[in-house]
Amino acid sequence: AALNGGLRSQVSAALKEGRVAPTELCQRCLALIKSTNFLNAYITVAEETALKQAEESEERYRRGQPLGILDGIPIAVKDNFNTAGIETTCASNMLKGYISPYNATVVQKLLDQGAVLLGKTNLDEFAMGSGSTDGVFGPVRNPWSYSKQYKEKSVPKSHSEDEESNWVITGGSSGGSAAAVSSFTCFAALGSDTGGSTRNPAAHCGVVGLKPTYGLISRHGLIPLVNSMDVPGILTRCVDDAAVLLGSLAGHDPKDSTTIQDDFKPFELPNLTDVSKLSIGIPKEYHAPGLSSEILALWSKAADLFKKAGAKVVEVSLPHTRYSIVCYHVLCTAEVASNMARFDGLEYGHRSDMKDSTESMYAATRREGFNDVVRGRILSGNYFLLKQNYEKYFVKAQKVRRLIANDFVKVFRSGVDILLTPTTLSDAAPYTEFIQEDNRTRSAQDDILTQAANMAGLPAINVPTALSERGLPVGLQFIGRSFQEKQLLTVAKWFEKQVQFPMIQLEEVKRHDSDVFHHQKSASFS
Amino acid sequence: APWVPVVGLEIHAQISSNSKLFSGSQVQFAAPPNSLVSFFDASLPGTLPVLNRRCVEAAVMTGLALNCSINKKSLFDRKHYFYADLPAGYQITQQRVPIAVNGSLSYSLCIDNKMSQMVTKTVRIKQIQLEQDSGKSLHDDTRSQTLVDLNRAGVGLMEVVMEPDMCCGEEAAAAVRELQLILQTLGSSQAVMAEGQLRVDANVSVHHPGEPYGVRTEVKNINSIRFLAKAIDYEIQRQIEELENGGTILNETRAFDSKLGCTVPMRDKEGQQDYRFMPEPNLPPLILYDAKSLPANMNHQQVINIDWIHERLPDLPSVKRKKLVEQYGILPEHSFTLLNEDGLAGFFESVVKQTQMKPKKVIGWILKDLLSYLKQHSLTVKESPVSSFLLADLLNLLEKKEISSTAAKQVLAELWKGEGKTPLEIVKEQKLELLQDQKELEQICQAVIDGHENEVIMMVLG
Repeated sequence: AALNGGLRSQVSAALKEGRVAPTELCQRCLALIKSTNFLNAYITVAEETALKQAEESEERYRRGQPLGILDGIPIAVKDNFNTAGIETTCASNMLKGYISPYNATVVQKLLDQGAVLLGKTNLDEFAMGSGSTDGVFGPVRNPWSYSKQYKEKSVPKSHSEDEESNWVITGGSSGGSAAAVSSFTCFAALGSDTGGSTRNPAAHCGVVGLKPTYGLISRHGLIPLVNSMDVPGILTRCVDDAAVLLGSLAGHDPKDSTTIQDDFKPFELPNLTDVSKLSIGIPKEYHAPGLSSEILALWSKAADLFKKAGAKVVEVSLPHTRYSIVCYHVLCTAEVASNMARFDGLEYGHRSDMKDSTESMYAATRREGFNDVVRGRILSGNYFLLKQNYEKYFVKAQKVRRLIANDFVKVFRSGVDILLTPTTLSDAAPYTEFIQEDNRTRSAQDDILTQAANMAGLPAINVPTALSERGLPVGLQFIGRSFQEKQLLTVAKWFEKQVQFPMIQLEEVKRHDSDVFHHQKSASFS
Repeated sequence: APWVPVVGLEIHAQISSNSKLFSGSQVQFAAPPNSLVSFFDASLPGTLPVLNRRCVEAAVMTGLALNCSINKKSLFDRKHYFYADLPAGYQITQQRVPIAVNGSLSYSLCIDNKMSQMVTKTVRIKQIQLEQDSGKSLHDDTRSQTLVDLNRAGVGLMEVVMEPDMCCGEEAAAAVRELQLILQTLGSSQAVMAEGQLRVDANVSVHHPGEPYGVRTEVKNINSIRFLAKAIDYEIQRQIEELENGGTILNETRAFDSKLGCTVPMRDKEGQQDYRFMPEPNLPPLILYDAKSLPANMNHQQVINIDWIHERLPDLPSVKRKKLVEQYGILPEHSFTLLNEDGLAGFFESVVKQTQMKPKKVIGWILKDLLSYLKQHSLTVKESPVSSFLLADLLNLLEKKEISSTAAKQVLAELWKGEGKTPLEIVKEQKLELLQDQKELEQICQAVIDGHENEVIMMVLG
């Protein structure tokens, strides 16, 4: 039962009471990782160190001195976070074999609280992508591809065709982390979110994906994509767990000058019963072209849910939404071009054998080390930063960014507490279909609903809502005011309770933990 | 038609601080290679810059000393280029809004090489910006390799930009010398050129009066103030000759070759590069406060108060010189020489305290006799074998007329040997005492006259 429970309410209690031991939990997760290998969710599994951490945790429980709720809890970390002694690759040839000498602040915080680091999860190379399909270790497979729910609904095109060609993507770029949480190989995972990279795969994998307010959680040790938009993301199986993780990670870090100075007080989420004082905003521009009728209907249904429960539901406008993709691409590629400049083969990472000159070594190293998605963004970014283009593109985009952020300020000032929007345009696409279009096209399409929150630095969360006609998860997104995570998560938790999203039915998990499926109806536990 | 040379300077002063501008690794000269490199300095992915408070204070002090307006809000930018000694592929600098702007520096020159006439000039300070120093790369051509030492990468620099208000090498040298003294007085930089703590690049052009400024060249690789003057004067001459022969001046970077005494075009290191400047996203704007704008409940550890720094500035060289002139009645040009030599002013004041001789007379001994000995033997004031006590002792003997000034010089020469004898002992040894006894003097004179009868008769006869 423990594999399935909420951290605070179930797992932590079970550990404290000795009903399950940290080493047991760890071993179960490691075994499950092995048997779900075909998902390709993990790049590195740190078996030895994880077991050691689990043993140390067990010792602490024995002495009655656990460090907190996270003590002994197996977690996974996206492979763009630095982990001392454990390879950090960013799914790129540039950093294959790179062993960082330091832990990212968020990783250190988790370890300091006794969490067990199972391994590093797969992603799009350097977090560039919306499918987790463009890393050098291959694509991540959505666990729901192998779920009873999906298999029941999919009609095989021919007898000989097996599920191999039918599998769907996780979304991205934190697909490995989302798949890991979704397939029960860990209790929580860290992702990153720059344009939706935590929320998008959360929606496709049926898990909770939280993007915190920019400046709340330290980015020290997170290998940057866009410094002014990146945040560490939290992926869990329920909203309560996201609150627990947030509590252990948020707060000022002197090593990150963009974190706010204010003290952060971890909170427990109240069980909201009365939503009549809430005002939910429905931004009309999020009825974006390409939004599936299914998701549109679900969004509508959710709005009605709030209305019926007594909340005020209003249509609002974020007029500059349609400029956000283009704006994002200018600012993102410019920062990428800058951030990737350090990968020159000299100090660390891949170095080409080309020895003719320093310049030729740089060129060969970067050609060999980066995939064409990364190289494409570097070239675009450098173009936008050229002296003659800077005003036209970069400065203009910064101004548009300000307009987008102001849209949200105006709406929140008008009395709206939370915005409700879809997270993705549709459910997860089959891999074979997804790769028909290139990364850039896909990113432009898939980011539309999520990246305005990154532009404005606002907190946002995906809550799994229902299964699509194809039996795949669909989630809805809540966007809150800056640093009002407590309110955001409280509303998200209420919603989660209302919708009772079904648990994934996976053969592999069933085999490992026969009593897991006692409660087949929901993933929310009171 | 006459030529008007125009000289501007870009000066990089290494900030005197314990740690680097954006990381906690140590700042130290001549440490073993790559022993002072933090993860951030090595540009390890995921590391972030954290601003060093001491470096900001150093820049504010320097800005105030140079009469600048301190920008209460300044910004950091990335300047991109690829080079082995720049691990991140960009330098963090202040291109859009630097920390200080619109200042001035007054300096003095001797006219016509005579120390007797000094003229004061002013050069405008365009701005002072904070930026990172780069590492060092050593090219090993024999093995076709480049050795990279990152100890210096990330050390804090203040770039001081002087407008093209100077006209020749001498002016530039005097301006830089004065800046050096100011920085050393403030302690914001040790400014020793030989240790790379002060680097000067000169921008030189020539034009005819009334016409627009000519194309300028940038002269780098200047390792001393003396070479600065030489390099600039050479470059001015070169440009004039080039133009008079119908040639053109290229907007290029040239290196000064100290052995040949000329400037040569540099390998195109930066050339027409586009640095793709971009705001540094990991550093919020730098906000400074003064007494008026300081919020009431702000933790004073967290902020920098410009007024507080201003109140604590030490006497700048110009003020010190004025005080020396007023207090001791010496000439202005004397005060310059006193401050120019590290420790000399203190030595002078110490001697004055210990002797009855008037400062106006003491100064001659300091500037002519002591200083020339020091220069001859390439010694600093600190290393002088003649202490202020000994010199004062000697001057007292002179003042009391116990010896002549010629004798005093002899004694000084003896003291210089540093054998531990006192002036009095040397005087006695060498029988240099002035005779005070009138009768004894008459006897000696009579003896001389008696001994030279013929000469005396000749003199009496006319």
